Amino acid sequence: MSIVQLQDMTTNIGPYRILHNVSFEVPTGGVFVLLGRNGAGKTTTLRSIMGLWQTSPKSVFFKGKDISGLHTSEIARMGVAYVPENMGIFGGLTVEENLRLATTKGKFDKSRLSWVYQLFPALEKFWHTKAAALSGGQKQMLSVARAVIEPRELILIDEPTKGLAPAIIANMHDAFAEISQTTTLILVEQNFAFARSLGNQLAVIDDGCVAYTGSMNAFESDAELQARLLGVA
Amino acid sequence: MFNQKKLSLAWGNPPSRDRNQNLAYTLRITVGLVWAILLLAPFLFHDVRALEVAARICIFIVLVASYDLLIGITGIVSFAHTLFFACGAYGAAIGLKLYGGSWSAYSLGSLAGMLLAVTIAAVIGLLSLRVKAIFFAMITLAVASLALVMVSQFSAYTGGEDGLTYKTPALFKTATKLLENENGSTVKVFGTKLNGKLAAYYFLSFSCLLIFALTVRLVATPLGSVLKAIRENDTRAEAIGYRVVRYRSLIFCLSAASAAVAGSIYAVWLKYTGPETVLSFTIMIDILLMVVIGGMGTIWGSVPGVLLLVLAQYYLRDLMEIAAEKTTGIPLLPELLSPERWLLWLGIGFILVVYFFPKGLAGAMLASGEKR
Repeated sequence: MSIVQLQDMTTNIGPYRILHNVSFEVPTGGVFVLLGRNGAGKTTTLRSIMGLWQTSPKSVFFKGKDISGLHTSEIARMGVAYVPENMGIFGGLTVEENLRLATTKGKFDKSRLSWVYQLFPALEKFWHTKAAALSGGQKQMLSVARAVIEPRELILIDEPTKGLAPAIIANMHDAFAEISQTTTLILVEQNFAFARSLGNQLAVIDDGCVAYTGSMNAFESDAELQARLLGVA
Repeated sequence: MFNQKKLSLAWGNPPSRDRNQNLAYTLRITVGLVWAILLLAPFLFHDVRALEVAARICIFIVLVASYDLLIGITGIVSFAHTLFFACGAYGAAIGLKLYGGSWSAYSLGSLAGMLLAVTIAAVIGLLSLRVKAIFFAMITLAVASLALVMVSQFSAYTGGEDGLTYKTPALFKTATKLLENENGSTVKVFGTKLNGKLAAYYFLSFSCLLIFALTVRLVATPLGSVLKAIRENDTRAEAIGYRVVRYRSLIFCLSAASAAVAGSIYAVWLKYTGPETVLSFTIMIDILLMVVIGGMGTIWGSVPGVLLLVLAQYYLRDLMEIAAEKTTGIPLLPELLSPERWLLWLGIGFILVVYFFPKGLAGAMLASGEKR
């Protein structure tokens, strides 16, 4: 059973057509990776699923329901979280306020919160600190923590390792592995090694079209395909 | 599960909260002291003008705090705040004019004024809060200008340019004795008569304190965090499930209701309502200046902002007159300190405050606490 289905999804930004008939299915559970060169349309695909860009009608399905015309906030309330490339935190709010925003009733579930602390101990330490004062890695962790502070069915994560220190990336990897036990992740990533170690399935976007879909194992073993689609030597 | 030791090394330590908390407490204590002085004003200052100033400060604190909810907390630029203030004031005034100085007339008029303000805010909000900030500001400016014209046009109800005078509930009449002594005259406490004027002042000051406290409380709730998030980035707020237009409309209505209540309270204090006292653009500019001086997005800043500007408006001329007299022997200085030039000095003072405290007085205090 797939959690997300894209059927001939087309997205225009202003006068430009960015995505051309993108189609793939994301299975429920695990990590689905979106790969592609810079400017291929990976972020636009995530934003289109989230309703941040208007897509062609009846092209995005979440658990079998057409969500292509829905408002972003409605999609979010259906259990879809989005962690954007620029982290998307609210710098003027404290860590606590940032996380509280993502709770349904403004209250934390204690066991869930302690699980989040376990994933990202710094958040407990910086609980009353304004998010703007956090380091890049801490901001990224806050952004991911906000997505998991309540159970979600799907999390869209855009380039989470960009500009982070190796120690933070390693721990981010462990966190994603843990989160993906209970939640489906769609991960956009440039770091192929990071994506490879987490992903089960993948789609490669090239010039606004789907160039490849399949299992990570099959893609990993085909060096010629990697070189052609990603420029990986 | 995780290499937490390595991770905590990468994270460092959070900034100290002590200084931040101390400055926040200092600000709150200062604001509390100002309110204490305002509540004791009838017993501390015995001249009529001082009481007028204290009443104006109370009313403007509510107006500025409610405007800060819009511009500072949510990031909505509106020029229609005096329109909502006027709705409340004219509602109460028309009620009292038509049905006499009774509590029912006052309550009914105030309620009608507040409902009108909320309805106008809801219509403006739902129709135009989707558009960009500058267009929304222009729409509110147009609506406020229209209201000014309408007040002049419907002079049969509003009194036109002359405004309305009316009777207030008997409790607020100056002749009303709250306490009588054995001779039948009004009891005095610390030289202040316990009469209807005092009752009107306490009605005004306690109502304003209550609304101010509610506004501060509102910002501290999860709703306040949502509003701040919308101010920072509305797309991000939508991506975590918030309908931005609904929240903006809600706060626009709440702010309008608060301004309308302030208007109806001011109407019963002044016993007069006219376009110059509740609807003019001068008041709108004053509110903007007070928000900027006090510190946008702090709510607490409304108190120092209002205090400084209202005191300057009322007492700067007097101070300059004294200064001019004291410096008669010095060339040029008495000319510069002539009371006629008070607006020039007020302008210079405003520029200096904005230059040295770009985040406003309260904003600067809170921001310096955040620096390490």
